[in-house]
Amino acid sequence: MGEELHDIRLSVNGLVREVRVPARRLLSDALRHDLGLTGTHVGCEHGVCGACTVLVDGRPVRSCLMFAVSAVDCSITTVEGLTEPDGSPEGRLSAVQQAFAECHGLQCGFCTPGFLTTITAGLRDNPAPTEDEAREMIAGNLCRCTGYVNIVKSVLRASQIAEERS
Amino acid sequence: MTTKMFGEPVQRVEDQRFLRGQGHYADDLLVGQQVLQAAVLRSPHAHARIVDIDVSEVLDVEGVHLVWTYDDLTGPMAPTMGEPLPLLIPHPQLTHGRTQYALAKDEVNYVGEAIAFVVADDRYLAEDAVGRIRVTYDFLPPVVGIPAARAAEHLVHDDVPGNVAARLEQANGDARAAIAAAPHTLSLDLEVERSASTPLEGRGTVARWDPDTARLTVWTSTQTSTGVRAAVAAKLGMDLGQVEVVTPDVGGGFGVKINHPWPEELLVPLAARTLRRPVKFIEDRREHFVSAAHERGQVHHVEVGYDDDGRVLGLDVQFWHDNGAYTPYGIVLPIITSTQLLGPYKPGAYRVVFESLYTNTVMCTPYRGAGRPQGCFVMERTMDAIAAALGKDRLEVRSANFIQPDEFPYDHGLIFQDGRQLEYDSGDYPASLAKLRELIGWDEFPAFREEMAREGRRVGIGLACYVEGTGVGPYEGAHVHIETSGKVKIATGLTTQGQGHATAFAQIAADALGVPFESVEVVTGDTRRMPYAVGTFASRAAVMSGSAIHLAALRAREKVLRIAAEALEAAEDDLEIVDGVISVKGTPGGTASIDLGTVAVLSNPLRYAFDEASKAATQFTVGDPGKPPVAEDDEPGLEGKDFYSPDRSTFANGMHAVIVETDPDTAEITILKYAVVHDCGRLINPMIVEGQILGGIAQGVGGALYERMAYDESGQLVNASFMDFLMPYVTEIPAHIDIDHLETPSPLNPLGIKGAGEAGVIPSAAVFASAISDAEGFAITAMPISPSELFGLRRTHASAEPVETKERS
Repeated sequence: MGEELHDIRLSVNGLVREVRVPARRLLSDALRHDLGLTGTHVGCEHGVCGACTVLVDGRPVRSCLMFAVSAVDCSITTVEGLTEPDGSPEGRLSAVQQAFAECHGLQCGFCTPGFLTTITAGLRDNPAPTEDEAREMIAGNLCRCTGYVNIVKSVLRASQIAEERS
Repeated sequence: MTTKMFGEPVQRVEDQRFLRGQGHYADDLLVGQQVLQAAVLRSPHAHARIVDIDVSEVLDVEGVHLVWTYDDLTGPMAPTMGEPLPLLIPHPQLTHGRTQYALAKDEVNYVGEAIAFVVADDRYLAEDAVGRIRVTYDFLPPVVGIPAARAAEHLVHDDVPGNVAARLEQANGDARAAIAAAPHTLSLDLEVERSASTPLEGRGTVARWDPDTARLTVWTSTQTSTGVRAAVAAKLGMDLGQVEVVTPDVGGGFGVKINHPWPEELLVPLAARTLRRPVKFIEDRREHFVSAAHERGQVHHVEVGYDDDGRVLGLDVQFWHDNGAYTPYGIVLPIITSTQLLGPYKPGAYRVVFESLYTNTVMCTPYRGAGRPQGCFVMERTMDAIAAALGKDRLEVRSANFIQPDEFPYDHGLIFQDGRQLEYDSGDYPASLAKLRELIGWDEFPAFREEMAREGRRVGIGLACYVEGTGVGPYEGAHVHIETSGKVKIATGLTTQGQGHATAFAQIAADALGVPFESVEVVTGDTRRMPYAVGTFASRAAVMSGSAIHLAALRAREKVLRIAAEALEAAEDDLEIVDGVISVKGTPGGTASIDLGTVAVLSNPLRYAFDEASKAATQFTVGDPGKPPVAEDDEPGLEGKDFYSPDRSTFANGMHAVIVETDPDTAEITILKYAVVHDCGRLINPMIVEGQILGGIAQGVGGALYERMAYDESGQLVNASFMDFLMPYVTEIPAHIDIDHLETPSPLNPLGIKGAGEAGVIPSAAVFASAISDAEGFAITAMPISPSELFGLRRTHASAEPVETKERS
């Protein structure tokens, strides 16, 4: 009574990866457990907390609400793919990542990858948000540690850093 | 000159890995290493006898490695696994303490109680298998809620009469006589509902058994690695030396992860040892709601007598604490409520009595604040009621009751949760109140209220004050190791769940040693590195481990100076360490200097050289040939180790104020302004402290206005998901929060610090109740409060007859 397995290719952070998964395997589990990209975290498995948010073709998607087999032919970006090349092996922090470090935008760090991916997409759509727009941008993600104030600051600071870097 | 790090808002070193997705939380461990996954069958019923468990349909499922029920735990595999789980904090008044079994024996007492444990190739298969287990139950009547527990028409445990786990009374003076003699009296009935820690990462445990060395490594998302280690060793019948517990990155704790051992923290290691394969259990969100722990549910009755100035002459508090189905964490929560209720005030006489009651619901163990939010709610509602009755300003009544700055240390004549005298060490409450008055604009508020009223808007202002016992003992320790590279490795045993310990502790060590901050690396919660520790709870980490690290670093420094003095042929007293280089004071970088790495080399006389530096330290090159290479009272290596064990807790304090708007039609509650004055002694890292306060406030807003555990009468938790349990998003949190600090040092520890972790959440229910009452003109007596409840209260109060204000929807 073994499950039927599917050989699929996932394009993650610019690399094509092959995995063999049952149809019911969540994209979050495939990323984490099959591809070892454990930066994407699972906080609720029902699409409410946003910790598992990844970018699918540039748009934020809850990877706990998508099957891995549905993600073939998509370009996926996880938190591991947010850093920017600077010649070093680890790369430099993106503007959003850097802003979180400067503004104390994270504490335990568990929800952080979902915020980083969400804000990365948000700033692409709206590179210079007002404070209200910054709050709106993160209004679908839960954080239990920070009380959000410093995350809002991080969004605004990220916008500045991106501007400084461009 | 080395920059002083203590007090600086240093950016956190741990953020680099978190921001890059390189953290290692429990479920990130052993990925790709054929780790087996566990799932648990949990009771769907609140109260039932287990007649039969049929696992026959599971046994031959492909990919399933193991299925256990209670009967499987009673064999020689682990002699004490068949006994109830430990009662961690016994107390003489906990006369009827009860704990659950790792897997239910013949009765289940809450929805979510573990019944069977399955290990399979992956979690999907394990859950498939759980779904095939058939349990036959004999239903028993569930006891849900404090009124049902008190009525005791049905019992949770047959052998616990009245459902009373504990009854404890404490008194200082004769409160009832003082109330009887007082010119004014009031009585209040006050209620707080259940909430929970709900960290974004639930519980998680991973274990690997090494058959070659007969040793077990356990990674668990806990607030106490040493506690779990001792429990695993005891329950699995192993020597302590065979078990190591490593706390990985933890995705939030907020109290719930201090309870231990959870059933899975024993079952996972036992399965790993049995199967000789690594095993992992990662709790899902629903499981966290129904099988971890909750807190806060209490009902209180207050009698108070006071004089014309509002000074409390006698205070008599009775309350009933809902401890859920079991009492693994003892009666710490109601003890904290009963003592910390007093806040910054000094009633003439005080008596408190509580009963801790069993119900057929998830057990209650500390959640950030741990009994203090309820106590603060009770005391502050009482202060507001006195002010209202006397027609006095609420600040004036509080001022009349404050302990004054010259009265410290102030002994309340009660016993605190740690078994020590409740004695406040320091504080300046009048100064805090003066700051808060300014920060929130208390004196300008009447004009603002009038202005709003002209626009048809309804606003209210409230405040709440609290005192928090932080840094409870018994102890924490630290080990400092200076390597020959000059790098400084610090280990302390308590654990980290996002508080930035790797940064704050490195700041302390860098200052004590005179080394660059960047050369210090801190490890927490790893029993291999520091086997003696207590844990992270009660806002104790900075106070306890911070102090221990300071002391251990000073010990290492002493040794550095002793060896350097010999090498430099100088007196120890003449030396200083700046940026990791030891030289004669006032001549930094002079020829008479030596760096820390070289001192580390010299500290360890070698037989074998392995590089250029170590050539300088072999037995032919160092030491006096007439003496032993290591002196009788010395030891090799450049290390320092020390422990900090205080006489008693240190008491932080704070005051919050809020201005709210309540919609005249919809009763929606909006926060217009929030202000905090906080005093946690000297600040190690103000950025981190502020982060703790901001996070606490958000949890407090949730607890006051949104979050509650909604049990139905059959004991089902009907809102066990993030869709239905309303944790605040950013949209629920005020955009701007004004924070001001007082830094009244603690005299109890070398750095003058007090804890800050829980502070933000303590006064929330009280401060919102105060402000909403002010806006509405009637007293709010039960929290949390939703718009529909407020709407209902308006109708009740508008009706002709004055009615009790306790109605709940």
